[in-house]
Amino acid sequence: MDILIQSLKSAIKLLVCFDKDTYDIIFLSLKVSIFSSLISGIIGIFLAFVISIKEFPLKKFILTFINTGMAMPPVIAGLLITILLWRNGILGSWNLLYTPTAIIIAQTLLATPIILGISVSAFQNFPDKFILQLIGLGANRFQLLLIMLRECKLPILSAIMAGFGAVISEVGASMMVGGNIKGYTRVLTTATVTESSRGNFDLAIAYGIILLFITLTINFILTKIQQSSVKRYE
Amino acid sequence: MSLIFLFLTFLFSKISYSSNKTLILGTTTSVQDTGFLDKIIPVFEKKTGYFVKTIAVGTGQAIALGKKGEVDILLIHAPEEELKLVKEGYGLNRKTFMYNTFILLGPKSNPAKIKKDMDIVEAFKKIAKNRSLFISRGDNSGTHLKELSIWNKIGINPSGEKWYQETGTGMGQTLLIANEKDGYTLSDKSTYIALKKTLINLNPLIEHDPFLKNYYSIVEINPEKFLKVNNRGAKLFIDFINSIEVREIIKYYGKKEYGEPLFYLVDK
Repeated sequence: MDILIQSLKSAIKLLVCFDKDTYDIIFLSLKVSIFSSLISGIIGIFLAFVISIKEFPLKKFILTFINTGMAMPPVIAGLLITILLWRNGILGSWNLLYTPTAIIIAQTLLATPIILGISVSAFQNFPDKFILQLIGLGANRFQLLLIMLRECKLPILSAIMAGFGAVISEVGASMMVGGNIKGYTRVLTTATVTESSRGNFDLAIAYGIILLFITLTINFILTKIQQSSVKRYE
Repeated sequence: MSLIFLFLTFLFSKISYSSNKTLILGTTTSVQDTGFLDKIIPVFEKKTGYFVKTIAVGTGQAIALGKKGEVDILLIHAPEEELKLVKEGYGLNRKTFMYNTFILLGPKSNPAKIKKDMDIVEAFKKIAKNRSLFISRGDNSGTHLKELSIWNKIGINPSGEKWYQETGTGMGQTLLIANEKDGYTLSDKSTYIALKKTLINLNPLIEHDPFLKNYYSIVEINPEKFLKVNNRGAKLFIDFINSIEVREIIKYYGKKEYGEPLFYLVDK
């Protein structure tokens, strides 16, 4: 129990004293995770829109594939991206391995199926007749997407929250493609691993507390946006 | 979609131009977990303007990365593997610069009845005979290779035995597991000292056997094999490691905090 109280104290101290290393780690975590969930959001929602309004061969097969992707282990995503980015690998000339950008790429690979999968089910719940009516009224594809997005705001924001939650809390991919380099690619989760293998459990838990605090804040904001227009029927 | 990719490529291009001033150092967890690298790397970066990417993995993985030309220089501790690397032409100018010892640790109850003055081979024989729990790294790291070489010496292959458990993780984690499960384990001394305060169930048993010396070396990766290897940076790093400044740091590193230095210098 002692260690938990001690950790809470360290966490508060790190935050209040503006410890530079800690803030670097926090900002990097936020930067890569927000970036990757945004990119995944754009790709995921766009693809979900296409998949849900179009009929094409192998659709069911592709959906199964996406749903499996939602369960992709972060280390596998990390390993795939590492092999691609090796400097003697296919994309080696980009010189990206062990950079924050590499983490963004791996996290995007992780979050896209999650956001895509949830968005597809949201869009598919959208009544067919309504879509036909909109097209009948002369809506183009883009207008259709905007209306569907507005109507599906709740599940779409849930999708983005799920994606963000997955990437900010994963450790395997960040460790592998980022290399956990101090002051450069060390994020909250990999810092937690490092400190616990150094036996600094209080610091490790302190990072964990900060991580939870950040996810809580972000989810609070997103939930607020999500729930702002919910109508209640009593 | 293509817009996104365009944007991404732009993002990447910004970072990639400076790569000739970047040095990728493949190394082992023990020098990272003890904080030694955090001490010397900033000095090197300040002096040379280089940016060092330290990839701290097990020695086995570090060597594998070296053989692929994915790192510029290695700082590892597995002499036989290092010699092999040089012989196969992947490594150059291997230089052993510091050492400490491996240490056999065991639970307070000491079921295999190991005495401090035994040699390590005898101790391992007793553990095997008594079928006492042994926690192994199991990750091809320098420490794991050392441990395997001892089993090899007594002609026992413990892999798959019930009393022999492989963690597949770093030294710190393995020590914590041995501490929780009351097992014997082989550790490098520096990680043990750094973690000592949390390892209340483990006793230091054998460390003075000459076979347990743990040598750390630096090896350049051959730039003739891999075009992208930054050999200039690697050479600068070797000079730096051999400089009086770093030798002074090694000499005293950890003395204040733990009462004894974590590493010892190898004579030039």
